[in-house]
Parts: sequence; C-alpha cells; structure tokens
Amino acid sequence: MTAPGRGETVIHARGLTRRFGEFVAVDAISFEVHAGEVFGFLGANGAGKTTAIRMLTGLLAPSAGEARVAGHDVYRESDAIKRSIGYMSQRFSLYEDLTVRENVRLYGGIYDLSDADIRARTAAMLERLGMTQVADRRVGSIPLGWKQKLAFSVALLHRPRIAFLDEPTGGVDPITRRQFWELIYEAAAGGTTVFVTTHYMDEAEYCDRVSIMVAGRIAAIGPPAEVKARLGAASMDDAFYRLARPPAGARATETE
Amino acid sequence: MQALRGLLRKEWYHVLRDRRTLAVVLLMPVLQVVLFGFAIRTDVKDVRLALVVPRPDVATRELAARFEATDLFRVVRVLPNTAPLQPLFARGTIQQAVVFDADFGERMARGLPARIQLITDAAEPNTGTAMQAYASALVQEYEREQRARAGAVRILPQTRMRFNPTRESSNLFVPGLMAFVLTILASLMTAISLSREKEMGTMEVLLVSPLRPLDIIAGKVAPYLVLGFASVVLVLVEARLVFRVPLRGSPTLLLAEGVLYILASLALGILIAARTSSQRVAMTAAIAGTMLPNVMLSGFIFPIESMPVPLRVISHVVPARWFVEVARGIMLKGVGLEVLWQETAALAAITLVLLAASVRSFHIRLE
Repeated sequence: MTAPGRGETVIHARGLTRRFGEFVAVDAISFEVHAGEVFGFLGANGAGKTTAIRMLTGLLAPSAGEARVAGHDVYRESDAIKRSIGYMSQRFSLYEDLTVRENVRLYGGIYDLSDADIRARTAAMLERLGMTQVADRRVGSIPLGWKQKLAFSVALLHRPRIAFLDEPTGGVDPITRRQFWELIYEAAAGGTTVFVTTHYMDEAEYCDRVSIMVAGRIAAIGPPAEVKARLGAASMDDAFYRLARPPAGARATETE
Repeated sequence: MQALRGLLRKEWYHVLRDRRTLAVVLLMPVLQVVLFGFAIRTDVKDVRLALVVPRPDVATRELAARFEATDLFRVVRVLPNTAPLQPLFARGTIQQAVVFDADFGERMARGLPARIQLITDAAEPNTGTAMQAYASALVQEYEREQRARAGAVRILPQTRMRFNPTRESSNLFVPGLMAFVLTILASLMTAISLSREKEMGTMEVLLVSPLRPLDIIAGKVAPYLVLGFASVVLVLVEARLVFRVPLRGSPTLLLAEGVLYILASLALGILIAARTSSQRVAMTAAIAGTMLPNVMLSGFIFPIESMPVPLRVISHVVPARWFVEVARGIMLKGVGLEVLWQETAALAAITLVLLAASVRSFHIRLE
C-alpha cells in the first residue's frame, strides 16, 4: 500500500447497520473520512458510537450495509484492517505493572515490528514526549496526563493509517487535554487519519469535521462551523444539545 | 512468533511482579499438604481405650495385652465395672471401651460362647467405624486362634489391606489435593487475570490488534500452565518427603495426566472469564463453579460411592473426579494406562469439550 494522498477516502461507510435482537444500535449510517483528517465522532451515551467503532475496527460484524477501512472490507478483511489501524480506548490500554519501555516493546511486538525498529522508535518517541527519564518506571506510577500521551503514541507506534481514539481525554485537566490535542494535530499533519470520539464539545471544535449520532443515526455531519450554521447554534455545545434533545413532551431516557 | 513471545513475556511480568499473589500461589500447595496431612486425618491411631474387667484372669489379660501390643490402641483405664464409662466418653478421655463379661475367662476355658462388648464413640462416624472394625478384628483373631488351638477350627484367614495397608489418609488426600491446588491455580487465576484485562480495557486493545484470539488465550494461560505443573511437582515431592506417600506407577504418566487436568481447569477459567465482566464476579464464579464441585464431588474428601445417585451422576462431568481416580491409581496401585484408560479417556473428553467451549466463548465475546 502506497502512502495515502491527502483527501483520499480512508473510511467509507454505506448503510452500515447493527442490530442486537430487536434493538437497532446503529441504523444505516453512511459517511466518509479522508486521509489526514481529524474526524470527531460525537453522540450521547447510547447513541451507537461504540457499536459503530467496533464495526469499523473489525471487532463486530455489521448486520447490514458496507464499510471499507483503509481500503479493506469490514466483513472479509478484518485482519488487514487491524494491521492498518491504531486504537486507544478511554481506559489507556497500558499495563500499569509494566514499565514504560516494556509497554512499548509489548505493543511493538504485537504489531510485528522488528526488535531494531522497536528500539529505534521507542527512543525517538520517549525523546519527543520528554519521557526518557521515566522509561524504566512502571506506568502505574507516572501521572495520568503522561499515561495518556504515552498510550496515544503507543497506538501510533506501528504507523497506522488511521488512529481510532475512543474518548481519549476522559478525566484529565484542560492543560493536559490541550497538549494531547497537539499530539493529535501532529499525527494528522503526518498523514495519519484521526477518528476520535469525545464528550467535550470544545474538543469537537478542534476537529476538521464532525458527525453527531442520535439514536443510531447520523443527525449532522460536516465541518464544525457548517454544522453550527445549519442548526443556527452559537457553539458546538449548543448544536449538540439541539440535536440530542428529545422531542418535546418525551422524557429523555438514556441507555448505554 | 514474535507477538506471542511478547505476550508471554508480559504475562510473566504480571505474575512475577504481583508478589503477594505469587507468594500465595507458591506457598498454598506447600501449606495445604501440611494442613491436610496433619489436621485432617481419617486414619485411626492411638485410640484411647478403656478395659472393663470385672474378674481378671488369663483370657482377659491375654486379650488386653493384644490391644496394648498394637500402636493403634492405648489403654488409658482399666475399670471393674461399666459405671464410669459414660462420663469418660463424654469428656473424651476414652474413645472406645472393651467390656468383658464377668464369666468371660471361665466360659472361654470351657469352650462356651464368651461375651464381650465393644463400645465406640461414633461422634465422628468414619473414625468410629474404623475403630470398631479394628477392635473387632483384634478380638476375632484372638478367638480364632483359641479355637484353632483347641482343634475346633483349622482355617485361619489372614487379611491384608492392599495399596494402603496402614490406611494412611495422607495417601488418599494427596491426589485430591493436587486437583484442588490445580483448580485454584488454573481456573481461578486464569479467570481473574483474564477478567482483569477486560476490566482494565487492555483486552479491547489486544482484540483490536492483529493478534488472533487463540494467541491471546495462549499467552494468557501459558504461565498458569507452568505454575500448575510446578505446583504438582512440588506437592508430590513434599508428600513423599514429609508423609512418605508412595508413587508406585509412572511419574511421567502422572505428570501427563496432570497436564490434561490443568488444561481442563484453564479452559474452565477462560469460560468463566468470558461470561463475567469483573474480577470480583469472576472470582466468585470460579470458587462456586470449580472449587466446590472439585472438593465435594471428586471423591477427594467424600467417597463417591456413598453419595446419593443424582450427585454420583453429576460427578461424572467433574474433571477432578477422573483426575483423582487416575492419580490414586498411579500413585497407590502403581497401575498404568492399561487399567486407567477409561478414566483418562473421560478426562480427555471433558478437557476437549471445555477447550472447544472456551475458544468458542472467546469468539462470541467478539461479536
């Protein structure tokens, strides 16, 4: 696979659907994400975000529809998809009883990097993050913000075409969040597509494009400015609220 | 394969760095052998005996001497009548009493039926039965000898208890104990360590990676396979050194059967982890779902033959039952596969079913 050109479609979903019995978690969503884009995938809890991500990352088979991720079909080529993506969950996905270096080495090995590659990339990464001095400390003993940046860098260690970040900034302070977003921009500038979910609407403003899921469907999609303008909302917060607000008279019920 | 090697290394770090758990895992088998060996005894030794001899004579002296001569009995009281027996039994001063009729010696001498009464403390039925059996055997032997001497009977049966002639309970419990320890190591530890990954969110990342589910499972369970194997060897060596439990059959076969049983336990652990979402639930499920049946229904402590039919039927699907039978056969009887092939086949079948189910449950988890 050659290096992706900017603007090339790397995620392509058409009528993607997932049912759990009677319940339709994801209801025929269609969208595209382009190479080098920071794509914000928004939605209230239970709107179907996690199910959609699980289908796109090859963890869950769709019930209907089609989707291609990094050029690979989600039904038949989930192995190829797994090699072309990086993933970071809201729970950091690092082992706290392993040192920083051991965690990096583990994930490097999982993605079949050679020992020499792992060593070189680890050194460069720790240098860039300013974490060289904690390389041999257990992850459990380093600050939360550092863990997060480390988890992100580890997810990008094998240089995936797309990074899926599931609420990566949950529970950290604003300064750390900002620093984290700088890492995201840096990755995107390097050509990595970033597919990120978040509950922070100020973060949504940082995205090139966003989609907002409501009850299994994509209710709005486009650059933040466009989405706000279309809804006549002053901020993303406002836009989100207008879309996610239940119809008048109905009580808001949320299911996870 | 490099990825698998990395997973294995990581799993070893987990095991080695959790010092407290590691200490428990390594010390538990050692301590348990000691505990079971010394505390839980069903073999009878040093029975505190009272003799009630209203009229001492040659015959009663001879019989009393017989009781004294074995190390099974210790005569703690010689009484003229039965009146003091009740409080002695109640206080536990004596466990058994042999009561001679007043005319015991006289009737013996005249070749008439002589009467003797055996009273046994049966608060613990198993021990009570054993004491009763020993005492009657002793009396009967004496009686037969007397009759043979008088020319009345010429057949002198000689009885032997095979395989465990001194009825050492340690011989019986060591195989069961191995099953118990392996259950804790393999089922419980596997279930906990897998559900920890789910709880921490690291399992998600492993699943999104190119690792195949089988690699992930293999990486997770391998350390417990090794630890389980090590603890079997440890228990065997300790049992041999401390309690002189024999290993009459092939050690290789025993260890191979042990591996089979470990695999079954690992598969159970995986199954439990697949169906639970937190470490705590996994732990409870592992204790209720594997440890209890393995202790209760394996014949480890309670003989399967004396269970009601429904439990006996259920015991057929408890892997520990087959392992305990096989281990006893190899260790105490010194037999091999030519005798134990059915039990081995049953254990292998259960192991295969459990392994298949656990791999399947892991796949379902991905859905």
